[in-house]
Amino acid sequence: MPDWKPPAPYRSHAPDEQPPLESPEYGSTRLRSPRQPLVALPQGLTELTGPVLGSDRVGPLDHDLTRQHDGEPQGERIEVFGRVLDGDGRPVRDTLVEVWQTNAAGRYLHAGDRHPAPLDPNFTGAGRAMTDSEGRYRFVTIKPGAYPWRNHHNAWRPAHIHFSLFGHAFTQRLVTQMYFPNDPLFDQDPIFNSVRDPAARQRLVAAFDLGATTPEWSLAYRFDIVLRGRDATPMEDEA
Amino acid sequence: MTTPSQTVGPFFALGLPWADGPFAVAEDFPGAFWLRGVVLDGAGEPVPDALIEIWQADPAGRFDHPDDPRGPVATAGFRGFARCPTDTDGRYAIRTVRPGPVPGPDGHLQAPHIDVSVLARGLLDRLVTRVYFPDEAANADDPVLATVDAVRRQTLIAKETDDGIAFDITMQGDHETVFFTF
Repeated sequence: MPDWKPPAPYRSHAPDEQPPLESPEYGSTRLRSPRQPLVALPQGLTELTGPVLGSDRVGPLDHDLTRQHDGEPQGERIEVFGRVLDGDGRPVRDTLVEVWQTNAAGRYLHAGDRHPAPLDPNFTGAGRAMTDSEGRYRFVTIKPGAYPWRNHHNAWRPAHIHFSLFGHAFTQRLVTQMYFPNDPLFDQDPIFNSVRDPAARQRLVAAFDLGATTPEWSLAYRFDIVLRGRDATPMEDEA
Repeated sequence: MTTPSQTVGPFFALGLPWADGPFAVAEDFPGAFWLRGVVLDGAGEPVPDALIEIWQADPAGRFDHPDDPRGPVATAGFRGFARCPTDTDGRYAIRTVRPGPVPGPDGHLQAPHIDVSVLARGLLDRLVTRVYFPDEAANADDPVLATVDAVRRQTLIAKETDDGIAFDITMQGDHETVFFTF
């Protein structure tokens, strides 16, 4: 046996906290969800470690999606900020956060997006930031638009910002979407509603934060993100 | 109380691919090879909008990570992480190297393996699988492989190719890849 203790594993998700892979209302899951049960993988060092991607991947304006071109993008300027925490409320420090989104008209700068809404020459829609020592991140962007997507008759995606996070371990990797409060499109969106637990679903919705707005400049939304927490280590149990 | 996962969607190419993304190791890293494969859906059709990510140990079985209780080890030219979007034929290619054996949860060594995440439109959460190496004697004693049904176990073993190994991923169906949860 080795002379070191393996690190504590990360806790499993609560039931209904994660969307089921097979969600018939979301048509694309039909041929892309496994039919065999997932196999339980005990967390070894490959799962308990992960890429430590440094700030060398983030340029000085990568967090500001409104300043990546010569001119300013159309739309409602917003700040999106929050903390990345683990399931025990501890900050997830120095971790890479990547975002991508439509422009204000609901169009992605992507060849596959056929929605007949205008592109914006001053908006790409991709950003990157590192969390600080308190787990905080901040982006400046414009509010994305809703767009139709043919999943069902007259299907529209509620406005959202895609988020990608690494956390500190392969086990903590999370790709998700941030939504805006009180969106009237929530009820008909099978991706949002794929999360069966209503309380868990609400954790995908940012909070409007008047106190964080910049007067005469921008509105603000707070979106805290919670990654999986760890079981207590044996040493902490003994303490 | 964690934040739920949502699909990466069809337009992640806007934000996620990096120029050096497919390189878990530098091009000329000793022993470097190509890990290639195709991603197929339940109809056997290639998936042209998936993102494959890998994470693995270095050739000595070490990680450049503060939680490795043996101490972090940085190896020049080795990142251990790669990401590659699939092309219009559903294919991905990652430059990497064979990892050393890595301790499992009980401290016993596991056979060399590469952890893989599959992200795609139609996947509300990532799929996780593992690449094992062909002709690896340690596979016979690997505790993870031992938990998988013998027939399906073959989906986790890569095949040798001219410039490395091939690992195809079948999301659903008769030859469905073994996917893990943790």
